[in-house]
Amino acid sequence: MPGPRRFSVRRKRVCKFCAEKITYIDFKDAKLLGHFIPERGKILPRRISGVCSTHQRLLAEAIKRARHMAILPFVAD
Amino acid sequence: MRNYEVVFVAAPTMTGDELDGFIGHIQSVVESKNGKIVKIENWGKKSLAYKIKRFREGYYVVLTIEGDGGTIAEVERRFRVTDTIMRFISVRIDEDLKRSEKIKAARRKKAPKQEFTPSSAQNSEPAPAAESDR
Repeated sequence: MPGPRRFSVRRKRVCKFCAEKITYIDFKDAKLLGHFIPERGKILPRRISGVCSTHQRLLAEAIKRARHMAILPFVAD
Repeated sequence: MRNYEVVFVAAPTMTGDELDGFIGHIQSVVESKNGKIVKIENWGKKSLAYKIKRFREGYYVVLTIEGDGGTIAEVERRFRVTDTIMRFISVRIDEDLKRSEKIKAARRKKAPKQEFTPSSAQNSEPAPAAESDR
């Protein structure tokens, strides 16, 4: 499976939320959401973070709520 | 009855007493509408992720309210007419929590069975410590 890859960085493919059995993502939890916010402030895509689609949806909603409440930035640079 | 989580950000120019007064005022509003404030969580002054009305920080308060739509509508109206409230959000949480409970219950039922996914065979045993239970 490893084979020759163009990208040397191999990201883990397990959904963090499934692994920790989280069923509700709280928008007030800045520390948790911060993991999915790269420097620019965008929402980290699933293909990089490995989050499953169910949790990505919950996560995106939570991040958007947090942005509205100025817990997370819309743009950061 | 529904459960709501209401978060608001108040201007840092307010004093602590004014903020407490305002929370008390909201409490009376909720009670007049047959609602109930289950929990008040005052985070104190926190820095904002971006400037709002030229302020860099604000008071964060989290209220857990039990009531119906009318209760929340009135609370939101009060927030809108109060100049010192910069941001607010109200989220209905009972359905999400119910869904979350349901998943957990289903999982508990399933738990006695052996997990047999080959990829998780070696790392399924040391279960990561559950940080939050939500």
